[in-house]
Amino acid sequence: MNASSPLLQVRGVSKTLGGRAILHDVSITVDPGDLKVLIGPSGAGKSTFLQCINRLIAPDEGEILLNGMPIDGSSTAELCRLRQEVGMIFQDFNLFDHLTAEANVALALRKVRGLSSDNAGKRARKELERVGLASRAGLYPAQLSGGQKQRVAIARALAMEPKVLLLDEPTSALDPELVGEVLAVIRDLAAGGMPMIMATHQMDFARSLATEILFMEQGRIIEQGSPADLLATGANTRTRDFCSRLIASESGKAGA
Amino acid sequence: MDAFLHSLTTVFNALPYIAQGAFVTIVMVAGALSLGFLLGLPLAVAQVYAPRPVRMLVGLYVWFFRGVPVLLLLFLFYFGLFNVIGLDLGMIGSSCAVLGLASAAYQSQIFRGSIQSLPSGQFKAGRALGMTDMQCIRSVVLPQALRISIPAWSNEYSILLKDSAMCFALGTPEIMARTHFVASRTYEYLPLYIAAGCIYFLITLAGITLLRRLERRVRIPGCAAPDMTGDSAGGMQTGI
Repeated sequence: MNASSPLLQVRGVSKTLGGRAILHDVSITVDPGDLKVLIGPSGAGKSTFLQCINRLIAPDEGEILLNGMPIDGSSTAELCRLRQEVGMIFQDFNLFDHLTAEANVALALRKVRGLSSDNAGKRARKELERVGLASRAGLYPAQLSGGQKQRVAIARALAMEPKVLLLDEPTSALDPELVGEVLAVIRDLAAGGMPMIMATHQMDFARSLATEILFMEQGRIIEQGSPADLLATGANTRTRDFCSRLIASESGKAGA
Repeated sequence: MDAFLHSLTTVFNALPYIAQGAFVTIVMVAGALSLGFLLGLPLAVAQVYAPRPVRMLVGLYVWFFRGVPVLLLLFLFYFGLFNVIGLDLGMIGSSCAVLGLASAAYQSQIFRGSIQSLPSGQFKAGRALGMTDMQCIRSVVLPQALRISIPAWSNEYSILLKDSAMCFALGTPEIMARTHFVASRTYEYLPLYIAAGCIYFLITLAGITLLRRLERRVRIPGCAAPDMTGDSAGGMQTGI
């Protein structure tokens, strides 16, 4: 491990799917304590970009460096190691539907970390407690609310002790009244210094917690900077323009 | 009245003999279903996840066994292939093997459909946690796919059970062969075949009831009942 190299570095990622360029030369660097927020219209490539970082989608070009070491995408072992170090939260939770909350968290601990069922269960309950769901450990995903499901998903990712967490619109599939409980958990993580890259439309959250905002459109990062710079009143940025439209449509919905 | 009594007596006397045939049928069908399961599951996984050449080979296997009548398969293997390669499985063993090979083709398609019906996010979530593809398939995909497969699988059971009657053509001493043997000596065709039909009916019923029970036992709590019989509403299922 090289002390001077960033925790996670993504360099020049490009991806073409079905003849359409989804990502053009996108780069990002994550250092300890960073919370980088990706915003932009849907279809901008945020989700594809996040999945290229842990190589759920193999990028056509570009490289991913963990602690300064490039990851060899052709090696299954390296991919598994990368994915343990870089956890992911999905928009639609993707909990394992046939397993209880506890078993959802425990599965990878047993299969990947090689923990015994007992230890994995203990560990899983501890992680669920951390997201306030100790009492729901025995319930199945279909018995949980959306917010609870996403918190279980967060516990499941955290159990692997990732160095970086990728969050792909973690609150977009939730009913408005459930968004808060999930954001509270993410806020706690940020306060604890967990490095994160998060795609979201929650602008208040981004404004108050992001260390950097990256605005994506048509597969490129077209603006990046601190929330103060990009969202300042009078700042003539695409980010601000996008956000004011977002806020306008939100209040429009609230008024309806 | 006398004739009726005579018929009843014949059936009654033949029952132990035919019941032994039922035992052979059950062993044969259980063996064929197991073989079909053990072969069909990897075939299904290969057809979904393996590289193209392997998928095509599996497709070829399925196409062959689904495209040829069971009776022809039985003759082809028992009198043909098994003889040529000098494989002696006996009559019951051969019947079992051929039915199993054919059932594997059908079962693979049941499992393939179930695997493909799962949301892709399930696999992705496993990968994102650092699990290998094999681990995702074994611990995430198959436990769910197999549950979904039970209703279609019980259909395969009932079809295979009745296909097994064709093994009579090889001389396998199962229900059909034994009934036919008694009938051709006593000329009591009608009552004996009715009795044989009842035995098939009962074995079908027993198997389907058992599978229905299994389906309920492994149902994921909180998920709506997949069947439409209305005997158990969805929502919070506590299990029976």
